[in-house]
Amino acid sequence: MAIAQKEILKRKVSIRSKRPNRGFRSTWVGWGFAAPAVVVLLLFFIIPLGYSILISTKDWPLLGPDHPTNFPDNYVKISDNELFINSLSFTVKYTAIITTILLTLSLGLALLIQEGKSRRNGILRTIYFLPVVTGLSTAALLFLGFLNPTVGPMTFIFNKFGMNPDWLGTPNMALTSTVMMMTWRFTGFYMVIMLSGLQAIPRDIYESASVDGSSRLSTFRFITIPLMRSTLALCLILILTGGMVAFEQFYILTAGGPDNSTVTIVMTIFRQAFSQFEMGAAAAMSVVLLLALVVMNILQLRLVRKDDSGDSR
Amino acid sequence: MRFRTAFSIIMATLFLGPILWVLLGAFRYGEVNISFQNFSRLLTYGEGLTTYLKNTLLVVVVTVLGSLFVSLFAGYAFARINFRGSKVLFIAILSILMVPHASLLIPLFIWLSKLHLGNSLIGLSFVMIMYQLPFSVFMMRNSFEAVPKELDEAAMIDGCGRLKMIFLVLLPAVSPGLITVGLFAFLASWNEFITALILLNDGSKFTIPLMLVNLVRGDFGSIDFGALQAGIVISAAPCVILFFVLQKYFVGGFTAGAVKG
Repeated sequence: MAIAQKEILKRKVSIRSKRPNRGFRSTWVGWGFAAPAVVVLLLFFIIPLGYSILISTKDWPLLGPDHPTNFPDNYVKISDNELFINSLSFTVKYTAIITTILLTLSLGLALLIQEGKSRRNGILRTIYFLPVVTGLSTAALLFLGFLNPTVGPMTFIFNKFGMNPDWLGTPNMALTSTVMMMTWRFTGFYMVIMLSGLQAIPRDIYESASVDGSSRLSTFRFITIPLMRSTLALCLILILTGGMVAFEQFYILTAGGPDNSTVTIVMTIFRQAFSQFEMGAAAAMSVVLLLALVVMNILQLRLVRKDDSGDSR
Repeated sequence: MRFRTAFSIIMATLFLGPILWVLLGAFRYGEVNISFQNFSRLLTYGEGLTTYLKNTLLVVVVTVLGSLFVSLFAGYAFARINFRGSKVLFIAILSILMVPHASLLIPLFIWLSKLHLGNSLIGLSFVMIMYQLPFSVFMMRNSFEAVPKELDEAAMIDGCGRLKMIFLVLLPAVSPGLITVGLFAFLASWNEFITALILLNDGSKFTIPLMLVNLVRGDFGSIDFGALQAGIVISAAPCVILFFVLQKYFVGGFTAGAVKG
């Protein structure tokens, strides 16, 4: 009897939650309250996005009245565009480097800071986080001066050790310097996310591990890493996406140089649009980039979801 | 734990080094250690610092107020009204996060001029509100959801309409969310570079980040690094001050924003 009653109750609840109070009136009121957001979404996101796809099917010079359709020329031309192919491989290389460094360093610092709530750790957390507060372009400009051979201290310090690095002068050093700046600017941000992930791991798991005589390394390998998977996947999504759309850091620090060695995908797109004045070709590239990112994001979101269901949160 | 202490000291030095360098450099002029010479040179640079500050503040004010307005009502709708299409709308708003700004800027450049918002600070502000939309709406929906429904019901019984209820009863309860939304709208619009670079093409409309990049791309020979350092301090100072004043909202917003996926 009791079970039957429970079943009936459950069914009632499920019917209720499946058919909520969605009268004509509440739908109208709901859209009314959401209207300002809908206007912004439509005018500045959905219409431009559709427009972008439209432009990508046309021969669209920046100036000039005629926009004849030439689909799929803009898309076909992408694979012949040497600058795009080069920038694609450079962007992937940069993304791989920055992902490795940011993930390791931010996790390492989070682990170091997490233990004990001493005053010192609080100060360290603030120091690591401070660069995050400034804008990316501001940070890039700061490093432009910081690495400058005459006014910046870096060349002076390295000279003392008998080294004379040409910070932005060679392709490898330009990449290294930009990675340095990005590490400085973003480590604190990911460290804070990692810290919130670490704090979600229940203390007693660690305690029972140490009672069982598990070494620090195996605790890290078999407890911390698996329980941090969703946090790690999240950081990975953000860093990978950020890497693939990199622009400001290279535009300001290296301007794509030397010899176009640090031109990113987004930089190629903007050059195509505003230096070559080929809006159609640029739009086609940006649609391809967008599709690649959407696929990447969906794949990784699945990863996060799977992990979340396994988490005991 | 000698190693850990040494490591922490080295890391802290590396992280603080650039900040200290720019701070000391901004106030140094020749042999004088505390001078405002670098700052005063900015006053006469290009259209003058005050013009760039005014432009930036206009964008910041419109973006912050717009984000608050839009997300307050949308957040209420998503949290409290069960309306047809709400899920699709919410996902559409979140999908803004997936689209790289570069993909939107090419059509926006053409589309905004059709709306008579080309080369305009107001147009830039609307685009900034759109960038902030997923974070703002997500934040406000969560804020409203955290308020007990009994509060609404009690207000309903007292004969409160929805609008009156939002402003008189719920507003105090969701104000931490509003502060977070406002803070992040401020940071985004104060610092935005690419969007401003593409959408504004008139020197008199430039914002602070554009002024600073112009400073190092100047066609007049060598870069004035003293002025650049002063400019970086001006650009970073409000963000650093807000960080120390609103630290609680900062970290909360970053972690909430990060879990947005």
